[in-house]
Amino acid sequence: MTTPPTTAMPTPAHIPVVSLSIAKGRDIRRKGMEWLVFMLLRGAILVVAAALVIIVGFLVKNGISAISWEFLTEPPKNYMTEGGVWPCIVGTLLLSLGAMAVALPLGVSSAIYLHEYARPGTLMRIIRLGVNNLAGVPSVVFGLFGLGLFVTAMKLGVSLAAGWLTLGVLCLPVVIGTAEEALRNVPSTYREASLALGGTKWQTIWRVVLPSALPGILTGSILGVGRAAGETAAIMFTAAVFYTPKMPTSIFSDVMALPYHIYVLATAGTEIEKTRPIQYGTSLVLIALVLGMNLAAILLRAWLQKRHAH
Amino acid sequence: MERRTRETLIKQAFLATAITSLAVLALIMVFLFMEGLPTFTFVGVKGFLTGMDWYPTDEARPDYGILPLMAASGAVTVLSSLVAIPLGVMSALYLAEIASPRVRAVAKPVIEMLASLPSVVIGFFGMVVLAPFLQNYLEIPIGLNLFNASLMLAFMSVPTIASVSEDAIYAVPRELKEASLALGATHLETLTRVTIPAALSGIGTAVILGMSRAIGETMVVLMVAGGAAVLPDSLFGPIRPMPASIAAEMAEAPFRSHHYHALFAIAMVLFLVTLGFNVLADYISHKHRQVGSASL
Repeated sequence: MTTPPTTAMPTPAHIPVVSLSIAKGRDIRRKGMEWLVFMLLRGAILVVAAALVIIVGFLVKNGISAISWEFLTEPPKNYMTEGGVWPCIVGTLLLSLGAMAVALPLGVSSAIYLHEYARPGTLMRIIRLGVNNLAGVPSVVFGLFGLGLFVTAMKLGVSLAAGWLTLGVLCLPVVIGTAEEALRNVPSTYREASLALGGTKWQTIWRVVLPSALPGILTGSILGVGRAAGETAAIMFTAAVFYTPKMPTSIFSDVMALPYHIYVLATAGTEIEKTRPIQYGTSLVLIALVLGMNLAAILLRAWLQKRHAH
Repeated sequence: MERRTRETLIKQAFLATAITSLAVLALIMVFLFMEGLPTFTFVGVKGFLTGMDWYPTDEARPDYGILPLMAASGAVTVLSSLVAIPLGVMSALYLAEIASPRVRAVAKPVIEMLASLPSVVIGFFGMVVLAPFLQNYLEIPIGLNLFNASLMLAFMSVPTIASVSEDAIYAVPRELKEASLALGATHLETLTRVTIPAALSGIGTAVILGMSRAIGETMVVLMVAGGAAVLPDSLFGPIRPMPASIAAEMAEAPFRSHHYHALFAIAMVLFLVTLGFNVLADYISHKHRQVGSASL
């Protein structure tokens, strides 16, 4: 391409003046439009943030007065119209930690296969499709599945064990996703160094890749515990009960759980209005637990990213 | 040789665990069909899907028509999408293109926290805050209705839509945007004519995943939709979407009764719908994946 010499283009004197002023007006309009649209976009994110602040703020404001040492450490009394939520806290912790004990080994090794071994192809495509679809299965369908397989066919009954297995498979896609991301963040030079020293694939994974990915995997498992702790529909037919006077003694015990307790008191209790303070208090305990875990995971991830950047 | 066998065995073991997800998905399907298909021995497929009456506990003449339940699910999903899609996509555009790194560092966790709020808590909020508010200010008889459920559901699908679209927008190659800016386009013009078209398939995937989440969400519709198994006829009428029906009635349905099988059949419909949505999302994201800038 040749550039014509500028001197070869004689420009009439009046044209630049006019087009400049048109361009100026248009530029102002363009800039104004941009400002307007960007304000709208900023508004959208503010609405989302406001939703979080309003929901959490409201629950904190109304729930804080219900929280006391007795509320946290005593069982419900008087047909659940008084007393605390200690059995629900224990049940939720047992359920979510047990679910992670099921999901973590399975999820991490699935991620190792997908990221370290599998080559792009039909098999990998199908496995990924399976994981993505499992992530999209509605939680109430997980509940019915758990009822059909674990509670009925495997004869576990409504129990901790059935709840662990149901919540475990529900959390599996979350764990696979975060574990894969953790593996992706391990630089390939680490693997190459180990292989160059004569290490086998497995030795490389076990001694080099996994230790470096461990904090990232930890982040994922915290998120998984949080997800399991807040889940209601999946445990209402498999593990949680309306009310039980005894604490869980074995893996076949049924339990009370915070989310189900909120649902029961808010919709099916005998005195819905009278137990409002307990409902607010229980909601506050639950979101403190779940958001606390998420915050921990977010901070851990931020710290990891900082470490990677150095 | 022995070392090689061991390596192969280890690889096979990992493959076996990776298949678990697929196996679980297959098992879910098997159990839903096993418990759901017997429904069609006492009600026809057509009667089930197009029947207008859902009275499964009527002793003399129970009715198993789920059209009102399906219509209710459709209505809450469409209505919540009307709120969630603009909010989610706009938030994603802001986060990916406009926000400064410092704003991003705060705003992204905010969206993640919203995503992590347990659905029972959102449902509870809808019951005790939004429902009385609607009743008082709009002077309607019932605060637990289609509108309330859709609004609460919207805030559950916004995080999904926002984070998936943000990834897609973020992944648009830098050269494309720079080329547009170099031609004198403003930031906004670049956004609407270059970045958004290039990220469109990813945004489409996000929208489908968000809607799929809204269809399957249980606790919110169970607590705030009102629970009446009728065709949705007004914005402020109570309705009963499919997941709500399953969750509310399963505890009372006698084991392997007609009612029990019918509920599994609803779950079957729900499962197939969400499966369809997810396969569609997967198809779009693979079919129109933007690799580099060569194909634009």
